[in-house]
Amino acid sequence: MTSIAKPPVRHPGLRKNAIGFTQRDYEGAMSTLCAGCGHDSVTAALVQACWELDLPPHRAAKMSGIGCSSKTTAYFMKQSHGFNSVHGRMPSVTSGANAANRGLTYIGISGDGDSLSIGLGQLCHAIRRNVRMLYVIDNNGVYGLTKGQFSASADIGSTSKKGEANVQPPIDPVLLALTLGVTFVARSFSGDKAQLIPILKAGLSHNGLALVDIISPCVTFNDHDGSTKSYKFTREHDVEISTADFVPLRHEIRAPETDSAVNVVTMHDGSVVRFRKTHEGYNPTDRESAYAHVRACQQRHEVATGLLFIDESGSDMHAVSRTVPTPLVDLTHHELCPGNAALQSLMEKYR
Amino acid sequence: MPRATDVASPHHYHKVVDCQYACPAHTNVPEYLRLIAQGRYTESYLLNRESNVFPGILGRTCDRPCEPACRRGRIDGKPVAICRLKRVAADLRNDVTPYLPKAPSIRNGKRVALIGAGPASLTVANDLLPLGYDVVIYEKHARAGGLMRFNIPAFRLPERVLDEETGYIIDMGADVRYNTEVTSLGALIDEGYDAVFIGSGAPKGKELDIPGRWDDGAREHIHIGIEWLGSVHFGHIEKIAPRVLIIGVGNTAMDCCRTSRRLGGTHTKVVARRSRQFFKASPWELEDAGEEGIEIVENHSPKRFVIENGTLVGMEFERTETNDTVIIPCDDVILAIGQDNAFPWIERDIGIEFDAKWDMPIVDKASFASTKPGVFFGGDAAWGPQNIIWAVEHGHQAAISIHQYAQGLPLDDRPTQGMNLTSTKMGMHSWAYSNDFNPSPRSTMLHAELVERFSAIGVEVELGFTPEQTATEVERCLNCDVETHFEASLCIECDACVDVCPVSCLTIAPNVADEVDLRMLLSAPAQNATQDLYVSPSLPQTKRIMVKDEDICLHCGLCAERCPTAAWDMKKFSLVLPYAFNVDGTLEMVSV
Repeated sequence: MTSIAKPPVRHPGLRKNAIGFTQRDYEGAMSTLCAGCGHDSVTAALVQACWELDLPPHRAAKMSGIGCSSKTTAYFMKQSHGFNSVHGRMPSVTSGANAANRGLTYIGISGDGDSLSIGLGQLCHAIRRNVRMLYVIDNNGVYGLTKGQFSASADIGSTSKKGEANVQPPIDPVLLALTLGVTFVARSFSGDKAQLIPILKAGLSHNGLALVDIISPCVTFNDHDGSTKSYKFTREHDVEISTADFVPLRHEIRAPETDSAVNVVTMHDGSVVRFRKTHEGYNPTDRESAYAHVRACQQRHEVATGLLFIDESGSDMHAVSRTVPTPLVDLTHHELCPGNAALQSLMEKYR
Repeated sequence: MPRATDVASPHHYHKVVDCQYACPAHTNVPEYLRLIAQGRYTESYLLNRESNVFPGILGRTCDRPCEPACRRGRIDGKPVAICRLKRVAADLRNDVTPYLPKAPSIRNGKRVALIGAGPASLTVANDLLPLGYDVVIYEKHARAGGLMRFNIPAFRLPERVLDEETGYIIDMGADVRYNTEVTSLGALIDEGYDAVFIGSGAPKGKELDIPGRWDDGAREHIHIGIEWLGSVHFGHIEKIAPRVLIIGVGNTAMDCCRTSRRLGGTHTKVVARRSRQFFKASPWELEDAGEEGIEIVENHSPKRFVIENGTLVGMEFERTETNDTVIIPCDDVILAIGQDNAFPWIERDIGIEFDAKWDMPIVDKASFASTKPGVFFGGDAAWGPQNIIWAVEHGHQAAISIHQYAQGLPLDDRPTQGMNLTSTKMGMHSWAYSNDFNPSPRSTMLHAELVERFSAIGVEVELGFTPEQTATEVERCLNCDVETHFEASLCIECDACVDVCPVSCLTIAPNVADEVDLRMLLSAPAQNATQDLYVSPSLPQTKRIMVKDEDICLHCGLCAERCPTAAWDMKKFSLVLPYAFNVDGTLEMVSV
């Protein structure tokens, strides 16, 4: 809770993006999360990413479920559409929204409770459907709103604030997503915006579901010495296995990259993601290699971060379903509902 | 790596309080504005008086170095109306006499002579009387106040305000010898004073020696600005001809033209040698003159006085833009082109060294001592014309020197400034100051109607702020003295402060080699080099540094509200200033 509204004053040197907005125009209401919450940094990173991408706020939809993470959709892009769904049901609601209006940019914000416990099935099926959306998991390893119980992402041996150790194995959303055929998966840290922002920008430009697992420490219940999701632990165990640099479409790519350690992936809209591999033998476009790398890091108690896997050749939900290119909302009633004659002729096919 | 900012000594935090830093007397502006906001006018007045001695006078006449410096001016273009709020405190206060310093009944046996009863000397008296000094003030006129009385017209500064505030000091027990002009400093020193302070001002108006100046028929129609204002004050001059030219465009020229307008100079013009951007008058004084219908003629350089048939009929000017000349008809001319010091009464052989080039006494910048032990200068007498507030500060510093000298202490071992820092945190989201930003524009001062003000010379033009204006205007203050204090060892680098800052003034930055690079690396580039950066020691987790650009910080306290570890706190900074009567600066605020 904060007692005052953010003053409307801006720094006079604040730049405007291509559509005439400053970064502050992408802000939302004042956060009511605990002071120092990692989620607020993720929100700030989203604000900057959307501003840098010149995303028109009225062409975006912020989708969320229940939890600390899911509250954050109120804290950015106040002019955008939004839907606060039932606990864990954000992926289905987003699938529906995307089916009806493929023209919007979907930003789903979820947490480790919302996506890895109650909504785990929803997450899996959204990945399988490859709904075109940015899917952010604010992952802090605890249920903050209910006072700090272990969540499904808590590591074995990680302790609660009172000192009790977790004994159940964690669900790693990155490994899970890789096995389910995700076409874009990354892991980052709320305390490292230099890494996070290019990843969010790449995810927003991806043609399919872009899952970004963000270690976002809970300052109130999980930022102590026994925690494996604290600011300190994450900083000490963070191993960046690829550095991504996002180059939007209309920006000139200076000095063609000749370095063999750099992979270039062209996104479907023509923008480019460049990777610099910082680990020998790691290939972010090869699913098996990515899986093996992340798994190996996990076993060494390292937190593998960076853009871990990307496959720009996958088909999203609309391509698979062979829907029309025009968003359904933009079709006329007659096109959507061609009448009884058309229904009867369709039925005839199945007889 | 840039060195971490030293916040243990007062300099950095003092500089953040732009108004206080710019004020020669370092008046604690934010604190007195808060007292006004709480309706504690008497306390506000007394806090003002501690540093600037004449709040009622300065609240009307100060040259306000604080206002151009005010951070609010960098936010919405208009500074807080600091000066006129000072007047509000003076106007609405109750009787302050019970809280004023008093001279002790036991004297310390030292006698000090002060020459001139202007702001500098009166400040010295104010500071020395409570220490038990016997203070003798020599004043050549019949009343105290010096320039404040004789050169500032009554429509800007009512006599009653002047009498009251000079009276507070004199009534402490100063022995003022009115109508006593000092004609020989040597003779005065021989009277056996322990110290002599010269605060006799810069009483000589500059001449304009161009053809016609001394001709018959012209002489008596050409006046020296400050002398003419003095004559008006004493009632020697009661009217002026309709067409008047004022030569010069400083603040004295503004007083001259507005006085002239009231004495019958219905067609008074101010003539400036250069263009508007070089005018020396304060913008608000130019505005007030404009409101009274005074025309200002730019780029006209005086060539000669035009005399026909033994009468002054006009002045010839060279137009510097077109390189031709023009005659502006006039009946009277007032010269307001500057003032000089003059010390014909100081013998050159009594040990006071004078500068060979300007024939000015050599005065130490810090101690205000002349080259003769025990003789001090201050106010305009020291280095030529400045403003009242400078004279006050000179007086404070000279009083410290005189006290040191009287005790046999070295003058260069001066007492230093100190500071207090106290947290303003009152609870979860509650601070001991009003941290919510008030977007109101600057309040406009109400002025008396033109007809009303031209009816008599003593009608005060500015009517003061209404209670509603006052309430709004004090809330425009950003409370820059409530400092963002950072404790690097507590920081967990969660970015919460950086993310929430509405004006992008915080950055967790890598350690780079120099400040210039650092300024360009910040969340918003720190392009105002006159404003310092705060640089923290290395942060515990990543060894990066917290950098704050002080330029446009709103002191809203959101960084401290969003900080989970209280690494940021909003701490009230109070500058502790040494005074002669209190060199260790342990003054406590008066509670009424």
